[in-house]
Amino acid sequence: MKWSQLLTIVVAAAIVSVTVQSCKNGGSATAFAGDDAAKAVYVQPGKHDEFYLFTSGGFSGHVGVYGLPSGRLFRVIPVFSVDAERGYGFTEETKPMLQTSYGFIPWDDAHHPELSMTDGKPDGRWLFINANNTPRIARIDLRTFRTAEIIEIPNSGGNHSSPFCTENTEYVVAGTRFSVPPGGQDVPIASYKEHFKGMLSFVRVEPTSGKMELAFQIQAPPFDWDLSHSGKGPSREWSFFSCYNSEQATTLLEVNASQKDKDFLLAVNWKKAEEYAKQGKGKRMKATYYTNRYDESTHTATSTVNNEVTVLDPKDCPGMMYLMPCPKSPHGVDIDPTGEYIVGGGKLATVIPVYSFSKMQRAIADNAFEGEIAGIPVIKYEACIAGEVQKPGLGPLHTEFDGKGYAYTSMFISSEIVKWKLGTWEVVDRVPTYYSIGHLCIPGGDSKQPWGKYVIALNKITKDRYLPTGPELTQSAQLYSIEGDKMRLLLDFPTVGEPHYAQACPAELLEKNVVRTFKLDENKHPYAVKAEKETRVERKGNQVHIYMTMIRSHFMPDNIEGIKVGDEVYFHVTNLEQDWDIPHGFAVLGAQNAEMLIMPGETQTLKWVPTRAGVYPFYCTDFCSALHQEMQGYVRVSASSSSVPISYGSGTK
Amino acid sequence: MKSMVWFVAIAVTLIVGGCSTKSEDAHESAKAATVSEVGVGPIQRVELGALDVALAKKGAVIFEQKCSACHKLDSRYVGPALQGVTQRRKPEWIMNMILNPAEMLEKDPTAKELLATYLTPMTFQNVSHDQARALLEYFRQVDSAVH
Repeated sequence: MKWSQLLTIVVAAAIVSVTVQSCKNGGSATAFAGDDAAKAVYVQPGKHDEFYLFTSGGFSGHVGVYGLPSGRLFRVIPVFSVDAERGYGFTEETKPMLQTSYGFIPWDDAHHPELSMTDGKPDGRWLFINANNTPRIARIDLRTFRTAEIIEIPNSGGNHSSPFCTENTEYVVAGTRFSVPPGGQDVPIASYKEHFKGMLSFVRVEPTSGKMELAFQIQAPPFDWDLSHSGKGPSREWSFFSCYNSEQATTLLEVNASQKDKDFLLAVNWKKAEEYAKQGKGKRMKATYYTNRYDESTHTATSTVNNEVTVLDPKDCPGMMYLMPCPKSPHGVDIDPTGEYIVGGGKLATVIPVYSFSKMQRAIADNAFEGEIAGIPVIKYEACIAGEVQKPGLGPLHTEFDGKGYAYTSMFISSEIVKWKLGTWEVVDRVPTYYSIGHLCIPGGDSKQPWGKYVIALNKITKDRYLPTGPELTQSAQLYSIEGDKMRLLLDFPTVGEPHYAQACPAELLEKNVVRTFKLDENKHPYAVKAEKETRVERKGNQVHIYMTMIRSHFMPDNIEGIKVGDEVYFHVTNLEQDWDIPHGFAVLGAQNAEMLIMPGETQTLKWVPTRAGVYPFYCTDFCSALHQEMQGYVRVSASSSSVPISYGSGTK
Repeated sequence: MKSMVWFVAIAVTLIVGGCSTKSEDAHESAKAATVSEVGVGPIQRVELGALDVALAKKGAVIFEQKCSACHKLDSRYVGPALQGVTQRRKPEWIMNMILNPAEMLEKDPTAKELLATYLTPMTFQNVSHDQARALLEYFRQVDSAVH
């Protein structure tokens, strides 16, 4: 009897404390789904998530791969930064990936992941992402989850409005946020209006291989081109860009670029631009920029230097682009699934302006222009606007869609997601975010056919949401259900780097294509060895090439002598395993470069320049079997004057 | 008193949990007992004729590429020495071990014993059915030369 009484008290206390907790932490008790939330996000051990989520790693330069609804992190894909896990950017094979016209860049700032599309829907082939600081676009192969290609964008500074793709991934775009003088001219900053240009680049994507090439650039006025999205359906031949700083300030932009009531959205008819480029309307300009491609059969990246680019001037290309006035320093520009509505995110505005593509077409036909800037007609606001969402909140940034007639806009300043109805422009729901949401993501939410189900808030500030870890805190995302009329908060989950934007798609779209091992038979690496008998050490002057194999749990050769101080030693290591999930690692004492992690069937190379004589152990860094600890070997390094001959093998027993 | 409540709760959990584990084990061992000397995998029957020297030669090349990093003929390496394997095991078992090692190590009693001895699980090395047959012929040739 007494036990049951006590139990009742304990249970009651627990209920009270849970209730109190949820009120305190959830802010709005109605928004948090409470106990149901646990069920909604719980994925049983050993079971898989329903969606992949790809988030930008922000200033880490990587891409995070998560499962939804669990929010579990599976993988960090190195893209624009070297990676201490796999040796990306450290191995001889991957170093070329980070080469640019400015030299080797070990770290950049990645912003907007974008899934490749077929017929306006994510097709699960590639993920593109932009480097903001040193302008580049990367293509990640979603069979290997590896960076397959990086192209540099010349005449740009701050590649922010990028890399949004057209309906069938004909192009990915790259609009420069910071306008710069093209060709690297040395001019006074005060000559901004005269010499600076806001280049919009169109990168063609080869439909089967995915290979990227810079097709043409459009010389737009020196505004700050901020974000972009391409049209779909009726608007499929158009790309849209937002801008701030139409004031053309170069200093204290915080004040000086916020003077005007309206900046612009820019509509570019890329089909027409393509025709003009074909007709030779463009000017060929000298420009140095890199294309870096990773070849899956040689396991090696190579860099190609390009020297020219075609530049189109809107003055010479009538009908190619139009400006649409947009309230107060817009940020996002997002197109609804039908391709008819273009939503501007006027971050300092009190309304969300929604433009009509068909009205815009009529306005062009009727010459409903209020003026012209640098040869680009400016359409009258009233002639292209479809409606305004009134009093949505403070600081509208980005909008995604659920495919059921609703739009979801992130509100940075008032820290909330606002749901509103397309066509009536009425706000139907709002939910707080913790804290200061930037982008938001609905699976397929910027495509023709959103999968809906969830909206993910990609937050700028984390503060007290997790256990504190000193001044540096994790970045954070939040998962909300959008299946009912009301949005419901389900889960907070930490992210790697700042999650600027994210893209999500059903797992089944990718799962079936995922590569598990590299076939040894198809390994065309020039230094690959496919059997232990072929392993060897060759000296060429002061270069020593070690053709090495690894299998559980030994290296061949594992005793090497005859290396001299001053030699450049190349460990070309092939993992002979052919089964899934048996990587081996490689590390050698005193290597100033890095370690390597080598997947089954793969060959990778570590350059090592020993600086003093001695005997150096090397070993496997990835626990591979019960005899992993035994997976080790020695390299003897002798003085440069020594006469120790090259010898190698598995030593004596 | 409170601890008594928890004790009961934990005991119940353990009992329920324990039961289900036990029945799974019984199920597993029942399955294992049915595994015959041919092992577990795609190969149910291999017809052996006179030694095919050409096929054995192919097998020797494949052995060099796909097996030699872990197996020697005359001495222990990562795995057991393979000389005499055709006398120790049925041809079907040998091919199943090559083609289906993961399941063999889970279910076949002999393969399980080998894992307990050598400790490094054998993995699939992307060997085709025909290549596995050639390897078998190579092992037959090795064993016929010895005896």
